[in-house]
Formats: sequence, C-alpha cells, structure tokens
Amino acid sequence: MRLKLVPERTDWDFFRFARLAMLVSTALTLLSVLLVFLIGLNFGIDFRGGTTVRTLSSQAVDVGAYRERISPLGLGDVVISEVFDISFGPDEHVASIRFEAQEGDESVAAETVIRLQQALRVLDPEMEFPLVESVGPKVSGELIQKAVIAVLAAIAAVLFYIWVRFEWQFSVGAVAALIHDVVLTLGIFALLQIKFDLAIIAALLTIVGYSLNDTVVLFDRVRENLRRHKKPELMKVLNLSINETLSRTVMTSATTLLALLALFVFGGDVIRSFVFAMIWGVIVGTYSSVFVATNILNRLGVKRDWSKPQKDAGTKFTSDGS
Amino acid sequence: MLQISLWKRILIFGLCLLGIIAALPNAFYTQVEKYNDAAQAIEGGALETTEIKQALDGWIAWMPSNLVNLGLDLRGGAHLLAEVHLSDVYTDRIDAMWPDVRDALREVRAEVGTVRRTDSPVGELHVRISRPENIAQAVESVAELARPLVSLTAVGANDIEVDSEGDRVIIRLTEEEMAATDERTMQQSLEIVRRRVDEVGTREPSIQRQGRDRVIIQVPGIGSAEELKELIGQTAKLTFHPVVRRTSSGLDNPGAGNVIYPSLDEPGQFYVLERTAVVSGDQLTDAQPDFDQNGLPAVTFRFNPAGARKFGDYTAENIGAPFAIVLDGEVISAPTIQDHIPGGSGIITGRFTVEESNRLAVLLRAGALPAGMNFLEERTVGPELGQDSIDAGKVACVIAFAAVLIFMFASYGLFGLFANAALLINLVLIFGALSLIGATLTLPGIAGIVLTIGMAVDANVLVFERIREELNTAKGPARAIERGYERALTAILDANVTTLIAAVILFVMGSGPVRGFSVTLGIGIITSVFTAIFLTRLLVVIWFTWQRPKQISL
Repeated sequence: MRLKLVPERTDWDFFRFARLAMLVSTALTLLSVLLVFLIGLNFGIDFRGGTTVRTLSSQAVDVGAYRERISPLGLGDVVISEVFDISFGPDEHVASIRFEAQEGDESVAAETVIRLQQALRVLDPEMEFPLVESVGPKVSGELIQKAVIAVLAAIAAVLFYIWVRFEWQFSVGAVAALIHDVVLTLGIFALLQIKFDLAIIAALLTIVGYSLNDTVVLFDRVRENLRRHKKPELMKVLNLSINETLSRTVMTSATTLLALLALFVFGGDVIRSFVFAMIWGVIVGTYSSVFVATNILNRLGVKRDWSKPQKDAGTKFTSDGS
Repeated sequence: MLQISLWKRILIFGLCLLGIIAALPNAFYTQVEKYNDAAQAIEGGALETTEIKQALDGWIAWMPSNLVNLGLDLRGGAHLLAEVHLSDVYTDRIDAMWPDVRDALREVRAEVGTVRRTDSPVGELHVRISRPENIAQAVESVAELARPLVSLTAVGANDIEVDSEGDRVIIRLTEEEMAATDERTMQQSLEIVRRRVDEVGTREPSIQRQGRDRVIIQVPGIGSAEELKELIGQTAKLTFHPVVRRTSSGLDNPGAGNVIYPSLDEPGQFYVLERTAVVSGDQLTDAQPDFDQNGLPAVTFRFNPAGARKFGDYTAENIGAPFAIVLDGEVISAPTIQDHIPGGSGIITGRFTVEESNRLAVLLRAGALPAGMNFLEERTVGPELGQDSIDAGKVACVIAFAAVLIFMFASYGLFGLFANAALLINLVLIFGALSLIGATLTLPGIAGIVLTIGMAVDANVLVFERIREELNTAKGPARAIERGYERALTAILDANVTTLIAAVILFVMGSGPVRGFSVTLGIGIITSVFTAIFLTRLLVVIWFTWQRPKQISL
C-alpha cells in the first residue's frame, strides 16, 4: 500500500476558483505592502545598525530586572526579549538584548557593551555573553542597499532565463508569482514583527529559487501539453498540466516542508526566523505557482502555433522527446 | 533499451567513490584536524615530539585530509569589519615632502623671498612666499621635485602637481598618486594585520580585503572582538622626537614645525615636540617585553643599522636634553638623554601592566599600520554557542533525513529506496565538495543542506511521477522507465537552473553567512541533479536488468 497524498489521476478544476484566488492574492499582496509601510519590518542590527547581546544565565530571565539594570546607562531604545528553545537545559536561561547605534558613533562602541555586561553581571555574576554583534550605521545602510539589489538581480536574471527558455508570457507569469511570494513573506514578517536580518535575505532568495522551481516544472508541462493538444482552449491545457504535475508538486513540497520543520523545531533558535521564512515561502510558493502563475498565463494568452520551431525562442533548447 | 555503457557506469560510481573519500575526513574531524596541525608543524620545521607523532598516527597519510571549515558562528571567535583611513597617508606623504620643498625654495630665495608653511586641507601642502610677483618661478622650482609614477595604469603621470594661488604655492598629490598610495596602504595594512594576528597564533585566521578601503578579519577561537580590536586597532606608530618644552595646556600654539602631544599617563601634561621624528618604529628590528631596573614591565627594542646610527648620533649630540617616545600621538615617556647610546637598543618604560607590555612588543614587532582604522561591524560568538548550533544542526539533519527517507519509501516503495540511496550519496557528495574547495560551513549553510535534502528528492519525484504516467500509456515497464527519464529531463534542468541562478546571485552579492548558505545551496543543486539523473537511474537500470520484472509498481 503506497502513501498517496493526492490520487494518481485527478481532474480537478483549478480555474473554478481562479477569480477568488486572484482576488485573495491581490488583496494579500496589497495588505502586505500596506503592513510593511504601516507597521514596518522589525529590522535587525544588520540593517539598522546597533548592537545585540545574547545573555546566558543559570537564573531565570527577569526582563524587568534586566531593564532596570540597563536603563541607567542611557542607551536609548533597548529591546529585551527572552529566548526559548527546546535544546536549552533547565539551568540555561537566554535573553537577547538589542540597542541602537549610539548617537555620533561612526564605529562600534566597545565601552558601551562592556558597561552593559558589567551592569547585568550585578544580577548574576556568572552570566555569560555567548554572542555579541555590533553593526555601525554606515555598513547597515549599505547592507540594505545590497540586499535589495540582490533580490532584484535574482528576479531579473530569472525573468531573462524563462524568457529565453519559454515565451515572454511565461516569464511574466513566473515573475508575478515570484513577487507575490516575496511580498507576502515581507508581509508576514511585518505582521508578526519577526526579526528581519541579513539571513532573511538569503531565505527570500531561496524562496525566489523554490517558487520558480515549482513554476518552471509546471510551465514545462504546459509547454509540452500545448504542443500535444492543439485544439482545446488554453485554460483546459493549463488545468490539465496542473493536474498532471499535482502529485509531484505536493510530494516535493511535502518533503521540503518535512526537512524544514525538522530544522524549525530542532535547529536552534539562532536560525529559527530564517527557517520560518523558508517554510512560509514553500507554502506560498506552491500556492502561487498553481494559482497565480497559471492564471496570469491564462489571461495573457500564449501563441498556440508551435509548428514553426525556427521562430520559437521557447523550443530552441528542448528536444521533442519522441 | 535500458543500457548504460560500462565507461559511464565506472564514471558514475567513480565520482561517488571520490566524493565518499573526499568527505570521509569530516567523519573524524578532531583527529584529522590534529593530524593537519601536526603535519603543518613538521613542515614548519618542528621536532617530532610524541604528541606530534600521536597526532600523525591519528589519520592515514595517503588519504585526503581536507576538512570543511567551520564558520565563526559554528566554531566561535571574532569577526571585525574595519575601514582604513586612507587619507591619513596623504597627510604623511605631504608632511614628508615639506623639507624638500623648503630646500628647493631656499635655493631660489633671491627671487621668491622667505617661505612659510601655512595651514592646508588634507592632502595638500601650502607654502606662502614673501615675494608673490615671482610665484611662477617658485612653482617651477617646486615642480622639479615631481617624480613620474612607476605603474602600468598611470603612465606619464607624476606624483604631485604644483599650483599657485595669490602668494601661495599649493602642492597636492595627483589622482594617480593617491590611487597608488591607496593600493599600497591597503596592502600594507593587510600585511600588518596578518602579522599581528599570526603573533597571537590562533588557527586559520582569515584576513580579506573588501572593496576599496575595508578589511574583514575573522579569527576563530579568540575570546572576543574586543581582544582582537585591541590587537589590530592600534596603529602602533612609534616615533622618537626632540622635546621643545613641556606645557600644561593642549591648546598652546606649538609654533612652526612643532606639534603638541598629550602625555599618556600624566593627565594634563603636554609636550611640544619637533614635528620631524629622529627615528621611527619602522626602523625597529626587534621588540620584547621586559622589566626595567625597578622590576616594572617595560619593552626593550633594537634598531636596524641605519636607525641605530641616527639614534646614536642624535643621543651623542644631545646629552642632557629630553627626548620623547611617542606612540600613536601620545607621549609614553620623555626621558633625558644620559649618555651616548651607540648600540641602537633601548628600553621603553611607562606605567605598563605585563599584558600591555606584551601587547606593545607584539605591535612593535609586527610594525605600524600605515593608517588608522575604525570598526564598522563586530561580532563575537562564544565557542559553546557554536557547539550548540552544530549539535542542533546535526539533530535537525538526522531527523529531516529520517523523515524524508521514510516518506519516500512509503510513497514509491523500491524506487523510493533507490532515491534514498541517492539522497545519502548526495549528502556525502556535498560534504566532499565542500571539503575539496575548502568552503566554510556556516549555520545558514547547515540550513542550506537541510533544505537540499528536501529539494534533492524533487528530481527523483519528477522522474518517478513521470514513469507512473508513462506506465499507463507506454508498452512495458522498460519503455516507461526510459521515457520517464527522458521526458522529465527538461523540467529537472529548467527547475534547477533557475534555483542555481538564485544561488549564484546570492554568492556574488551576499556576504558572510549568506555566502556560506549560497555555497551549500549551489553545490547541493548540482549534486542532487547528478545523483537523480545519473545515480538513481543507474541503480534502477542495474536492478531492472537483473530482475527483469514483467511489471513494476510505483
């Protein structure tokens, strides 16, 4: 008896919900943009400058007491949060303290960190500081810029690749799905106020890769079916392609999610937000390749006459496979 | 039909075997690490102690001993991003030019009159002459000091350009000279930082230039970024100046050709010194921590012959006069010259602690930084946190792996087992490749590997799903398998190339941990495609030709 996540043969009508899906996707995308602008992302020190200190103590973390010790130092906006993880022992209590880059400091203020550590050691002389990170305002500005450029460059490169391999309509569909995924990820980060740092950019780019991976597999099948079935209308071909690849789509998403969930639960708190971004990205990416990319392709229409291969940019690297 | 030629089989299995051999040292990480250290020590001329011998016995000599480097976030250590103040050096260059300019103008004194240096912006030297009507001649004689640059990119350019403005001669460095100076400054800074870090003797420090004026310094195993900063943040420019007078105010006008520096350990005490140093730290050949006659920590030093001669001459001529030992613009001490010091060695006393004298000696031995630095970014990771991350990563990897293996077997049965074998090999290949190219594994890198485990099955899933479809239409299982592989190929390639593009862009644009992630992701994509379309296929074909099943179930 085999495990089957979806029946071997499906004939579900994915376009029945096309309008609804488009509506929901558009609404969520707009909402995400709104959230990012209204609430804003909870930028980590990589992007806003400042210092984070991780504390490790054998005594329970009392955020109030910590704050009381730290506030006389006049560090401005200080965020103190306790960190939980299943790997911590009963006598391991971890907190993360973040404060802004101090006024007028071009470089990183070492004394500030030392003063903070001294202040906290009053509470627990044995307290350890396993992680201290400081980023100056000069670098953080550049990091944002670089990150944005990296994401845009990735999208542009992929747009170009798909345009070369398929047709421009596919390219638009794939990139729309891609932007949908990235924006929705930014949205959830703004909504839940999860720390957004450099590693999240890596996660975003992975989402870009994953979302495309899914979309491209689907498009590959669409291209093949368009050649095979010349008569039926485009929507039917698209729907057939989705159904045919559905089993694979679900399988791959499931294995990837399994691996990511293991990492989310057992991988430690340091990379949890990073893994969260990827989990979210896989879910959204799977959804978007089925509902967003194909929908856009359906609206844009595709040239159906594939009988003149010399004019088809999309077929020049593929074998007919017969 | 389902045939794979012998040489292809050998190639596929050979590659897998190579991967296994390359990855193997990582299974014995500590032993191999010790072995490598010992081998390096022997190469460096160390004697074969029992300890070294033991370490050498810990690993097989003919096996590869390349390991995956662990990043700072896994091993613990300190990371600094420093910015070098390149323009510091312009000031030094211009200052050094002043005596020559003065001499050149003195030769034409009859025409240009008296000369005086005036305040000027960074990178420029302004000289006022008392007879402005002959400014052209002054410019001309100073311009003779310009020397052509020796470099491929600056053919025909001189190091300085001379201009005039009213009664002032303006000497400034040319763009080309500044570029050449910048390049030199960066090279020197990297070298000095490397020497200083090496003096501390930690394992595999990484010192890299980034962009025009930045240096990334990563030192595993060091206690904190603070320690590292103290070591490399100090310019450690040691100079010896004649003392003009002492003063209690830092705002005094020191007078032309002089500078005013504070005392290091007497607050409120300042010294007016001649700007031009008698000798400087770059003429030191050695510096050692020591104790003075009162048993207090001190640093002894020795000059090279040229420095020793200058130092000897100066002390002989100025017995009874005070002179100042200046470190980075602060007077460490200003003893009176008791006697002629001919040997070129001396002692620096001050209120040092033992650690400070040790550090000063290290800094002096390594040489001064050509320019100051400030720090834009610093990170310290404690070794325990690193170990925790490794442990957590391992647990996550094993669980992710087990889950995917079970899932694949449950979904595809025997074919799932083939995919699982390929998945295992895939993981081994990733580690093999990472070891061979000497890549650094970071925490996001581990995440990349776990993600690859999930995504690596994708190619196999694509093929298996395709075979299932073909079984419905094609004649016989052999044909279905073959067509399944054929037809899934374009989808596999397209899908993975797009992900690879993202990984490459991440690598090019990213920095630090993000890069580590992109490397594992990129390698993972390549190995997963290899294992899926070559290895699994080969396994399936071997099984099929052996069993010759009438029908297959997927």
